[in-house]
Amino acid sequence: MDDSLIVDLSRLQFAMTTLFHFVFVPLTLGLAPIVAVFQTIAYRTKNPAWERLTRMFGAMLLINFAMGVVTGLVQEFQFGMNWGPFSDYVGNVFGSPLVMEGLLAFFLESTFLGLWTFGRGKLPPAVHLATIWLFTLGTMLSAFFILVANSWMQSPVASEVVDGQAVLTDVWALITNPFAIAAWVHALLAGLITASIVVFGVTAWHLARRQHVDVMKLAWKASLIIGIAAGALQGGVGDWLGVIVTDRQPMKLAAAEAVWEDTGPCAGFSIFAIPDMGQRTNVVDIQIPCVLSLLATNSLDGSVPGMNPLQEQYEEQYGPGDYTPNVWIQYWAWRGMMGFGLAGVAWMVFAAWRTRRGRLPDQRWFWRISTWIIPLPFIGSLLGWVVTENGRQPWVVYGQLKTEDAASNLAPWLVVTSIVVFGLLYSTFAVVEYRLLRRYAQAGPPPLESKAADVDDDDHVVLA
Amino acid sequence: MDLTTLWFVLIGVLWAGFFFLEGFDFGVGVLAVTLTKDESERSQALEAIGPVWDADEVWLITAAAAVFAAFPAWYATLFPAAYLPLLLVIVGLIVRGVSIEYRHRRSSPRWQRRWDVGIAWASAALPFLFGVFWAGLLQGVPIGAAGLESVTGLEIITPYSILGGIVLLAFSLAHGAVFLALKTRDHVEHRARRAATRLIMLAGASMTAFAVWTYVSFSREDIAALVFGLLSVLALAMAQWGITTGRFGLAFLSNGLAILGFTATVFWALAPNAVPSSIDPAYDLTLAAASAADYPLTVMTVVAVVALPVVLAYQAWSFWVFRRRIRRPEPEAAHY
Repeated sequence: MDDSLIVDLSRLQFAMTTLFHFVFVPLTLGLAPIVAVFQTIAYRTKNPAWERLTRMFGAMLLINFAMGVVTGLVQEFQFGMNWGPFSDYVGNVFGSPLVMEGLLAFFLESTFLGLWTFGRGKLPPAVHLATIWLFTLGTMLSAFFILVANSWMQSPVASEVVDGQAVLTDVWALITNPFAIAAWVHALLAGLITASIVVFGVTAWHLARRQHVDVMKLAWKASLIIGIAAGALQGGVGDWLGVIVTDRQPMKLAAAEAVWEDTGPCAGFSIFAIPDMGQRTNVVDIQIPCVLSLLATNSLDGSVPGMNPLQEQYEEQYGPGDYTPNVWIQYWAWRGMMGFGLAGVAWMVFAAWRTRRGRLPDQRWFWRISTWIIPLPFIGSLLGWVVTENGRQPWVVYGQLKTEDAASNLAPWLVVTSIVVFGLLYSTFAVVEYRLLRRYAQAGPPPLESKAADVDDDDHVVLA
Repeated sequence: MDLTTLWFVLIGVLWAGFFFLEGFDFGVGVLAVTLTKDESERSQALEAIGPVWDADEVWLITAAAAVFAAFPAWYATLFPAAYLPLLLVIVGLIVRGVSIEYRHRRSSPRWQRRWDVGIAWASAALPFLFGVFWAGLLQGVPIGAAGLESVTGLEIITPYSILGGIVLLAFSLAHGAVFLALKTRDHVEHRARRAATRLIMLAGASMTAFAVWTYVSFSREDIAALVFGLLSVLALAMAQWGITTGRFGLAFLSNGLAILGFTATVFWALAPNAVPSSIDPAYDLTLAAASAADYPLTVMTVVAVVALPVVLAYQAWSFWVFRRRIRRPEPEAAHY
């Protein structure tokens, strides 16, 4: 049997299911705190407009969360099914944060989401408000633990290799891995940017039609504040993560920048390059002087190591082999991530200026573009994961376990079947979800009904 | 009790928790579609599990993660060995999760009928597949000298594992019927009560056969496996008594005990192996060989000891919040 075929198929399957999962995750991560903030304002001001916004975006949060949960389930099963040798190798380290995610995050998320969804009117308003915040806490913790697990694969700390298995030696060092902390904050901010652009785009659609203007203006303003603030912070956090990556995974950064030889001080930041992976050099490379040194090392004098010297160093360290990830993907995915993210936030800054002091511009293009930018942060987030995972290749656990040694010994048709099944299922449900979200977004904020509770005493359930 | 044994027991508890809690959600999923006569009865039945089913499913996620973390080799052998059944499990979990969440998002009958099909079939398929999965594991997978041999997962599908699937399906349906009798009123309550009796009979008959077969073929003649199985049947008899006398709460808890008995039968017969080899007992993957190291097990023990009581407390609280019986709802607009 051809081993590399099975590895490639399993990688394709994992890339597909993971990227698909991460369409929904950033929106949940960002929309949960936004809805919680809306409900908090509604609770404090008693202004029904905020309550209506809470329900409108709360419904969208629930629709999206359902897809996030089911696509996330797949991941856990996949580790074992397609990546048996990986699971065996990492279980002693990687498993613990997964158990913590279940016990400390997933139970919190799902229990309190159930209480929030069905508890309106049954729970006192303050308790009902607390449930959405606990749900939000659950989503954040879940992101944290899974990024602890992933970051250990990027930067394997707090462990030692015993009898062909990585074994955890220090749980505190595992969860305070600087890679994990930076990646977590980076993901939370990406979530906030994504969700605020969704709120912004939906609001623009209504404001363009001058519908629900009073309510929508509130959401518009809130989305601008949250989105622009998160975007500004993301600049700093991205740099923080970049410096950690340079330190822990120099090859990943060199590939993302298409840097083949050591740069020396004042390295230029490439804005357009066509890498030639065969010749291990760039056909074209246009640079802005010194900016890369600043980004990667936080100093103008810093030198960034190149892929060719790193390749030699790794061959010496790990034996013969190709230690360079696909540079073309790495270079353009990184630029795509930054470009799409920046474009979205930049448009929000422009929109904030155009609508200052409550103005509503008449130009249709302004409102149209404001709605059309909704996909940008999603694409940016997906490309972010491409950078993270592609840049780690050929390793699955950096410096320890290669991807080619990590896949289960399966018949290729099994994996092909799974790819077809997941592909069909996911694309069908993605269309359904998109239509449903659009329907709820266009329906606008629902009116508030007053519903009297009507319960008899004998409605109580008696256990035993 | 050493850490390896503790985690084996804990994993059994997590799976039992999943079968107990999600079990009635599965049953209600099937019965909400098959036992009801109109839309308002259907949403009445589904509302009974609406606030809790998602958290109930987390027991599965945590149980699988615990296998991964506490017995990496068990996880790495078992999951590829059951590839096709697990692929179906994933499809079932996706279809069911989305169907339950999306069906009430639009009031069009066509929309709702479509999702109902997803809810009913996935809710029936999942407990069946989990039964096949665990019984299939018990009879062994092809582990040779070099570890797991290339498999499709069809190897574990045998008359015995199908019986295991029927047992868990019957348990879930019976559990769902009792839960509906406990949680709803009017027509749904009455029909669920009648269905419960028939389903408990089915569960009792299949469990008896499963317990005897397990004892004879897969438990190395360990009488305890048979005893757990028969205790499970006894608990079902108690559940039936509860149904007959209108003590639905007692019936529900007895059903839960019966499910616990099924899980205990499987886990008791499995130990001291994690995965038996169907090729030669010499290649059995034992729990001791599959176990994680002491340090990660200690860390997780601390986390579990601190977190599990808290989880149980707030999950119990959510059941308390939604303790009222659900009446047939008035027709209403889409949910917000």
